[in-house]
Amino acid sequence: MSHYFSEIFTGGKSLLVGLGVTFKALTSPVVTVQYPREKIDISPNMRGHIDLIKDSESKNGLHRCISCGLCARNCPCSCIVVKGEKQEGVKGKVLKIFTLEFSKCSLCGLCVESCPTSAIDFSDEYELAAFSREAFNFDLLKRVQQGDTK
Amino acid sequence: MGTLTTRFSTIQDPDEKHKFLLNMGPQHPCTHGVLRIVLEMDGEYAMGIDPILGYGHRMHEKMAECRQWSGFYPNTGRIDYGGAIPYNHGYCALIERMAGIEVPERAEYIRVITVELNRIASHFLGVGAYVIDLGAFTPILYMFDDREDILDALEDITGSRLTYCHHRVGGVSKDIDDLFIKRTRAIIKNIRSRFDMYDRLVTGNIIFQKRTKDVGIIPVEMARRYGATGPVLRGSGLGFDIRKNEPYSVYPEFDFDIPTGENGDAFDRYMVRMLELEQSLRIIEQALDKLPDGPVMAKVKRVKLQPGDCSFSVEAARGMLTYYLVGDGSNVPYKLKIRVPSYSNLSLLEELCKGSLIADLVSAMGSLDLIIPEIDR
Repeated sequence: MSHYFSEIFTGGKSLLVGLGVTFKALTSPVVTVQYPREKIDISPNMRGHIDLIKDSESKNGLHRCISCGLCARNCPCSCIVVKGEKQEGVKGKVLKIFTLEFSKCSLCGLCVESCPTSAIDFSDEYELAAFSREAFNFDLLKRVQQGDTK
Repeated sequence: MGTLTTRFSTIQDPDEKHKFLLNMGPQHPCTHGVLRIVLEMDGEYAMGIDPILGYGHRMHEKMAECRQWSGFYPNTGRIDYGGAIPYNHGYCALIERMAGIEVPERAEYIRVITVELNRIASHFLGVGAYVIDLGAFTPILYMFDDREDILDALEDITGSRLTYCHHRVGGVSKDIDDLFIKRTRAIIKNIRSRFDMYDRLVTGNIIFQKRTKDVGIIPVEMARRYGATGPVLRGSGLGFDIRKNEPYSVYPEFDFDIPTGENGDAFDRYMVRMLELEQSLRIIEQALDKLPDGPVMAKVKRVKLQPGDCSFSVEAARGMLTYYLVGDGSNVPYKLKIRVPSYSNLSLLEELCKGSLIADLVSAMGSLDLIIPEIDR
């Protein structure tokens, strides 16, 4: 019988001790961020989708891509298409197509690591919700031409 | 399934009206994903337990056979989403063992630090979700608060928050900086200061104790029979840990203990996880102190997988993870087999919970800390 009551006592005490922790938190400052209105800083190393880096000092005055296609070959998900063509009077290939099918991308970063000229990097965009799958087919060349990249 | 349907036809007998089939899952909150368990109930007692797998099958092993070995990197982060970095580590170490690649020491230290941080995050997830299964909602919020700090720190070096792809054959993809070291030390201090709070909030709670003590007792002999590993085996009292028993990477250089339980009940498995947090913190602390300078990536020439086979085991957050690879001289694996801990841990559920109350089944299953996509692969 005494065991029964002592258990009720210790059990009740343990519940009060646990509640004490939550009551203490009640008076501590709010940590919730009201997301669409407030935003927290994201890490500069976050991996968003890839982007061609804008480089006005490069040979073509826009980006450093030499259309070698190493990124496309190393991509495990085959989501990058790179095509370049020869043009008269220009040394090397000229980049014509650079597209990314982001819905397939698994953000492993093998393309960025394999690039011999460091022409691509991760963007810091993360608000990418859309209604159609086609919205995730990014034309990276167009983006760098329009100046949408960082 | 076949046996259950035949059993079901016998249940139609009017004398056995209190017997019925109950589907637990695939969307049951306690199954943490898409695990379906068909329960043959007798009143409130589960007399037959039949886990049905495969809802999250993504053919990871087949995918490995269809692309060159480097194409499997992103998959390693997606098999066990709770603790992905040990999976990165195991795969890279396997290819390194096969091709005879030496990893720079700094890279090995970074690997150990990230793996242990991820183990802590995974245990917080596992324990927090377990306590939710038992009806206490508050502790997971505190645990996710601590886990959030770890995820922020890991995001800073790996670039992702959950499906990491950080380790590479020959090293790691990104070096750690002073900011990360400072941050990690702050995390260690913060988590240590909160152990006492977790004891008051969860461990000492009478409801938690009543629902876990003497529930789901796994004797050592039974755990060994099913090949259970990780906190499930250690909770039964056998201190088997790949980090100690088959040392890899730079683990032999650190001083840490393997916590074990005594009774093998759900409470012991919970305690083993909580004690492992402290051991992981100790390893990270020592690794940060000893962290050598130097490169983080070895010069890796084109790797061809030699004809023959090779395997590598690491201690993942849930137990022993083994990669087994058969090469045929090309750079595409001929066969990759992944031995995941949760599969063996789940397989003992039937023997463990036969004839128990459904509430005890939930408690015992939660204490196994299953990750279903890992089982289905």
